[in-house]
Amino acid sequence: MKFLRRFFIRLSNLSTGRSADQRLQEEIAEHLAFQTEENIRAGMSLTEARRQAALKLGAAQAIREHHHAEHSIPFIENLLFDLQYAVRMLLRSPGFSFIAIATMALGIGATTAIYSVIDATLLHPLPYPNPSELVRIEDGLPGVGAQDVGISVPEWRDLESSGIFQSVSVSGTGADVNLTGSAQPERLSYKHVTPNYFAVFRVDAQLGRTFDPHDATPGFNLEAVISDGLWKREFGANPHIIGKALRLDNDVYHVVGVMPRGFRDLGSTSEEWNTEVWLGAGMAGLPFPPPLRSSRQSSRVVARMKPGLSMAAAQERLDALVESLKKQYPAEYPAQAAWAVRLIPLSESVVGSVRRSLVLLFGAVGLVLLISCVNVANLLLARASGRGREIAVRQALGAQRTRLIRQLLTEILLLFLLGGIAGFAILFGAQHLLLRLVPESLPHLNDIGVGWGVLVFAVVVSAAAGTIFGLAPAWLMSGVDLTSTLRQKGRGSVGSQGRSRARQILVVSELALSLMLMVAAGLLLRSFWDLFKVPPGFNPDRVMAIQTWLPGPNDPSQDTYRTATQEAVLLREVLRRSRTLPGVEEAAIGDVDALPLGHSNPGTLPLMREGIETMDNQAPVIHSPIVSPEYFHLLGMPLLRGRLFSDQDLESTPQVAVINQAAARTYWPSQNPLGKRVRLHLDSRELLNSAGPVWTTIVGVIADARTESLADAATPQIYRSVYQHPAKALAIFLRGQLDPGTILGQERSQVQAIDAGLPVFHAETLEDVLSTSLSVRRFSMEIVAFFAATALLLAGLGIYGTISYLVNEQRREIAIRLALGAQRSRILKMVLRRGFGLAAAGAGLGVAGAFIVSHFMAGLLYGVSPNDLPTFAGVTLLLTMVALAASYIPALRAMRLDPITTLHSE
Amino acid sequence: MKEKPDVLQGTLALMVLKTLDVLGSQHGWGIARRIEQISGDLLAVNQGTLYPLLLKLEHEGSIASEWGVSENNRRARFYRLTAAGRRQLQAEARDWEQTAAIIARFFNVKAEDLT
Repeated sequence: MKFLRRFFIRLSNLSTGRSADQRLQEEIAEHLAFQTEENIRAGMSLTEARRQAALKLGAAQAIREHHHAEHSIPFIENLLFDLQYAVRMLLRSPGFSFIAIATMALGIGATTAIYSVIDATLLHPLPYPNPSELVRIEDGLPGVGAQDVGISVPEWRDLESSGIFQSVSVSGTGADVNLTGSAQPERLSYKHVTPNYFAVFRVDAQLGRTFDPHDATPGFNLEAVISDGLWKREFGANPHIIGKALRLDNDVYHVVGVMPRGFRDLGSTSEEWNTEVWLGAGMAGLPFPPPLRSSRQSSRVVARMKPGLSMAAAQERLDALVESLKKQYPAEYPAQAAWAVRLIPLSESVVGSVRRSLVLLFGAVGLVLLISCVNVANLLLARASGRGREIAVRQALGAQRTRLIRQLLTEILLLFLLGGIAGFAILFGAQHLLLRLVPESLPHLNDIGVGWGVLVFAVVVSAAAGTIFGLAPAWLMSGVDLTSTLRQKGRGSVGSQGRSRARQILVVSELALSLMLMVAAGLLLRSFWDLFKVPPGFNPDRVMAIQTWLPGPNDPSQDTYRTATQEAVLLREVLRRSRTLPGVEEAAIGDVDALPLGHSNPGTLPLMREGIETMDNQAPVIHSPIVSPEYFHLLGMPLLRGRLFSDQDLESTPQVAVINQAAARTYWPSQNPLGKRVRLHLDSRELLNSAGPVWTTIVGVIADARTESLADAATPQIYRSVYQHPAKALAIFLRGQLDPGTILGQERSQVQAIDAGLPVFHAETLEDVLSTSLSVRRFSMEIVAFFAATALLLAGLGIYGTISYLVNEQRREIAIRLALGAQRSRILKMVLRRGFGLAAAGAGLGVAGAFIVSHFMAGLLYGVSPNDLPTFAGVTLLLTMVALAASYIPALRAMRLDPITTLHSE
Repeated sequence: MKEKPDVLQGTLALMVLKTLDVLGSQHGWGIARRIEQISGDLLAVNQGTLYPLLLKLEHEGSIASEWGVSENNRRARFYRLTAAGRRQLQAEARDWEQTAAIIARFFNVKAEDLT
């Protein structure tokens, strides 16, 4: 206790220490004045009076020092002193300080920037209480290659009562709905959710309430919860919104609550993140299919596990449940389908898709940081040769080596911290600019921010980097050979062997690291280029897609576009009018699944081939876009066999379908698919219209196209005609000389001239869709390429500095050689050889490292092997050239050395 | 510099407190002179040590100080005893008397008294 109290007194003395010392000095001066006066009165001369007074007082300076030592903390005192000294040293060589700080600012700024993205996405993916309890439940039929087949209501109830979960919510996968009644019909993203949805996340409404978790209405309960954004935009943040009617697809819902501002729905598609209306539904009554075990609905299941239950334990119990259900209902779960239910941490399902890219970026930025640190360490060592004398003098005056190291380390840490803070400041200032570079498809884009957490990260990283990379230079700098350094009057020291070796190791590692980064960047660049150049199989040139949405009220009898025949009237008129628009050469219609690369959430249907599958549960699933007959010609997808749709394929005529080659290969291997019959069951778009599924005949085969992802060769597709199958979410395709600025307005007025209640929105060129589909790849490629360029620059500077230093050290030797008649070209070669040696060592190490790195990122590559020889060779060559160019300048300087002046000056 | 023994440091503090108790408010030199007068040569050796002590006593709250003007019109810092200082003085004086009494008794003891 006593020690503690004394410590605190001493701590407070740190601030008052100076004033106490000053007071002591004043008092002593005062005392001397009194005593001198007294002595004069006693008859002494002035000088004698002063002398006697001083003698009587004792050693004033010693008293002050003694007092000071007793009342302060030497460690912090020294630290402050070191800091003062460090600041002075930094100011004395502003060029060096600027370069070192700028290098660190770059390294730490870049690392911090990537960290801020990772912090928002990977580290805090779920802004809900106890996020580790949240899981996604996904079931599939691996036996028939069907994944994520959705859940039926009895299965949901089984999960709820299994005892594994606190509660299980089911929601739709997000869809669009027309909000009418406002000035312009608006299209909103909505999700139908079971009433316990918000209770699972444990998020409450900011106004009103969420759904009652115990609500047991089978169909829609006609309650709506809306997002903060919609509330502000459409209702002017009206505080009396609760209870107001909301007309969605001609059904009337009542607003019961407004979610808080930060609440965003989860999901893997932008439609889902942008959900603005949640509708409560029991999923068991109209318009949902009857709650049979076999009628699964495409849905997302999110559950909160019982507290304290581990993922593995929960999965184990779930597997047991699945087994017992299979025994109980053998007809519903045929053995060959191998129904399986899997738990996935919710965070995984949110950010899983971008994790690899982000980890790659973090790895890349980590390398940049390492290179910056190495570069600064190198600079520090370079400066050590200039400061050898200063350090030797201080050592000669009795400074201990630990004390010297501490002081040098303080200086280095100060440099790193200043660099880190500068990097953070730049990042903070430029965050809005930088955020624009981030692709919109990144989850939690809005949560990325440069705040306190990021500042702490920057400071901690700088301090850690400073300590790690400062210790060795400080150690080497303080280890000066006293006598030899001091003897070389003021010439700067010949660097110790250790220091010179350390510098070469640093440069070699710098070169190796930058080679690794450059290989990574090169591979990504080639992948991206290949993807960009890959023929997509369709022609996006001059094509625009404009979306519209037909209302689908809950009561089918209210639906004016219930049957294909009803809808066909509208669509033919839309097409006719669209063709009259200026510049339009061709027009076609498809549903959103037919929008190439534009739908992140393709609908899949079970495919039952005649004579092969008899039940949904056994069937493989297939993408099934719905298109108008003109679609294939407009997108330039060539017919290979059979025929395309014609205007005579109607609801009343036999159902026909066109498949792509991939489907033919997969489902009718070595057979002619033409004339084969299939059933596509469980098509939610048809549920209410047809009594039972009818046979669909395959009439044509088209060439494969990369409509799902540019990186995937074709996936099986079965196309059906929009005149036989009504679709709600539509895209109007237009080809021609179009003005993207006005086309949306023109198309809207044409469509709304037919039906004023239809929203027309989101006009985009297919070229844009194509490039957006590559945005995350492009983003990571650009960033890694930028990092690689930075690394190359730093490595070039590093090798330049080291060779200059070596030349400078060998000045005398070179001068003597020249004086003895050595040819200048030989000197040039000698220096260049050293540069080449370093480059070769760095490249060798780097290639080995790059092999490891490139295999880690194999999953991110497309069309290029991780061992791609041209990339490795090209990058190695480039690095060697840069290294040689950087050595050339000091080599020239060495060659032009004037032996006479050099030897004289030494 | 040779360190003064702790006992002397302790007694110096007591002397300062007692001086202020007797004289009331007084400046540093005045205290030094007073102690010198009473103690003879004791403090004449090193008057300087008085000031760190004054600082310490003030820090501990036993004395307080303020600027004033001395009898010969010199600006000086005047020290006075605080209530806490007075209590401390009384306690230490008692302790000191006890200690002194015990020591005195030891010195008075003769060999024959112990047998």
